[in-house]
Amino acid sequence: MYKMIITLILLSLSSLSHAALNVFACEPEWAALTRELAGDGADIYTATSALQDPHRIEARPSLIAKARRADLVVCTGAELEMAWLPVVLRESGNAEVQPGGAGYFEAAMAVHMLEVPTRLDRSDGDVHAQGNPHIQTDARNFLPIANSLAQKLMQRDPANKALYQQRLGAFEQRWRAALARWELQAATLKGVAVVVQHKGFPYLSNWLGLHEVAVLEPKPGMEPSAAWLSQVLDTLQQHPARMVLRAAYQSERPSAWIAQRAHIAAVELPYTVGGSDAAQDLYGLFDDTIARLLKGLQ
Amino acid sequence: MFRTISLCGAMLLCQSGYAASNESAFNPAFSLILSGTYGSLQQDPATHATGFAMNPNPGHEQGFNLGESEMGISANIDPQFRGAATLALDPAGGVSVENAYVQTTSLGDGLRLKFGRFFSGLGYLNEQHAHAWDFVDQPLVYASLWENQLGEDGVQLKWLAPTEMFIELGVEAGKGRGFPGTERVKNGSGAGVLFVHVGDDIGIEQSWRAGFSLHRTRAVERGSDDVPNLNGNSVSTAFTGNSRTAGLDLVWKYAPNGNIQERYLKLQGEYFRRSENGELSYDTTGANITDSYAVTQSGWYVQGVYQFMPRWRTALRYDSLDPGIASVGAANAANIIADYAFKPNRTTFMLDYSPSEFSRIRLQLAHDNSRQGLPDNQLFLQYLMSLGAHGAHSY
Repeated sequence: MYKMIITLILLSLSSLSHAALNVFACEPEWAALTRELAGDGADIYTATSALQDPHRIEARPSLIAKARRADLVVCTGAELEMAWLPVVLRESGNAEVQPGGAGYFEAAMAVHMLEVPTRLDRSDGDVHAQGNPHIQTDARNFLPIANSLAQKLMQRDPANKALYQQRLGAFEQRWRAALARWELQAATLKGVAVVVQHKGFPYLSNWLGLHEVAVLEPKPGMEPSAAWLSQVLDTLQQHPARMVLRAAYQSERPSAWIAQRAHIAAVELPYTVGGSDAAQDLYGLFDDTIARLLKGLQ
Repeated sequence: MFRTISLCGAMLLCQSGYAASNESAFNPAFSLILSGTYGSLQQDPATHATGFAMNPNPGHEQGFNLGESEMGISANIDPQFRGAATLALDPAGGVSVENAYVQTTSLGDGLRLKFGRFFSGLGYLNEQHAHAWDFVDQPLVYASLWENQLGEDGVQLKWLAPTEMFIELGVEAGKGRGFPGTERVKNGSGAGVLFVHVGDDIGIEQSWRAGFSLHRTRAVERGSDDVPNLNGNSVSTAFTGNSRTAGLDLVWKYAPNGNIQERYLKLQGEYFRRSENGELSYDTTGANITDSYAVTQSGWYVQGVYQFMPRWRTALRYDSLDPGIASVGAANAANIIADYAFKPNRTTFMLDYSPSEFSRIRLQLAHDNSRQGLPDNQLFLQYLMSLGAHGAHSY
């Protein structure tokens, strides 16, 4: 009986495994980037959605099962996934995708990290030792990440090396053109003062020249209290901002509270692919992000 | 000269500070759980649940109590192995080894081997450490049938099927040191466990896991004191025989948009049924009469945890036990109570607040009707604080 069950399971597997590279992407932006570089040559599973707080994901059985079958795990790194990914990878029993393994890729390794803390103390809230992990909000970061992800894909799937090379070249060309367009569109955003709900936008601010004057969370990862919000409101009297930014997955309450009292625009940004109807791929993500920021200026 | 040295030292410290927060870093991840409770009970916590006098009774503490401080150290040992140890620091002094195991990281093909001392993979709650419990205490069925948690010295092999759905098979062989087994001096394995876990998502908002477990072991001279007899006295007994347990567990979780940061609901239930048969020695310090004894005990709980806003959770649990009707050999028929005609139960309410991911304060109220004629209204306050590396939690 036992043997029969195992044989049945093994048989059902052989139909599942085909030539395509099995990719486990931790966040939607890396699934989208892998799609750009691999086209239909990869089977891509996206572990989280734009409406989930990427810090707060559970090591669900489904994720473990998907990691078991992955040839390549593509994540942000920099401790963004530390609450769930270590368990998922360990429980997967997949030796290749363990951190440091041939099938493990961290996007954060390819870019320059911002907000690397000078001291590590939990009284400062949920800070990440390697810097702020929300690197996907700066479109420029996708060029070095695409380059190193393509190298990884070529290593994992040498048979399709030429395809990845060709698609990387095409992506880089199209992305550079898009970058020039976005930067032109966003020129009026330079120096604009903003409030952010979570410290999730330093890369976006750095890219477009936004000036962050306040954060609604008293400490990273901590819910703002009414008393703290009143304090932020006082700060805004002295340093007025034009809008308050939050990611699609975040509660709108704190933003709405501040926006109403400070008479500024509350802007919800898609944050990643799937975070809004318009953000269906990486191009849509930044088209929509900039469109929403410009609308917030009006 | 001295300044240069101290600068260098400071830089080294600084670097190890970064490394310590990441489990894959060179240095072991170190964590410490500090916990304590305040308990107010109306009945003596040493009284066993009715019909479970031969089972363990981990019980509760009254008044202010420092809980066990739990110290955890874990790291990859080399490319093949990862090691983890959890030491429980008893408030009265002394250190006990809760977990100390090595697991493979590179077998591949979905295989993982663990050896050393670990919590058995049976059921759902058994593997969870006390700081991850949703209540101050374990369900009655875990308290009575597993002395809160079954720990094992042995080996565990798990295999994860390469299927779309999560299907995991596990097998354990161990010494059988924890209840219902007894520690023996012999070669070979003293206890065995088999388990299957299956699980999946339903859309992006729901997920579930179901499990089936089997455990078997042998008890030799498993002694119990203060066992009530048919004459209204209490005696000591000792049981020698086989113990077989089967269990079912189911967990279902729901979060709007799959975002557990805001709100979520977790429903879970487990059922265990244990059959034991062998010989029972009655009144071991006096008459010492030995004859056959067999009983099937069972128990279950269902509970729901609801996070109604970020940081705040509330939960409700219902517990039930069935002591079964024992078959007692003729020599002891006039001594041992075979049928208690009472099913212990308990209803528990919990509210907790977590100022951050690393701290939690909890209020728990329970109506404990596990001892016949001795209903107990219980109140607990608890704090749970986590220092150092905060490893990822399992599902």
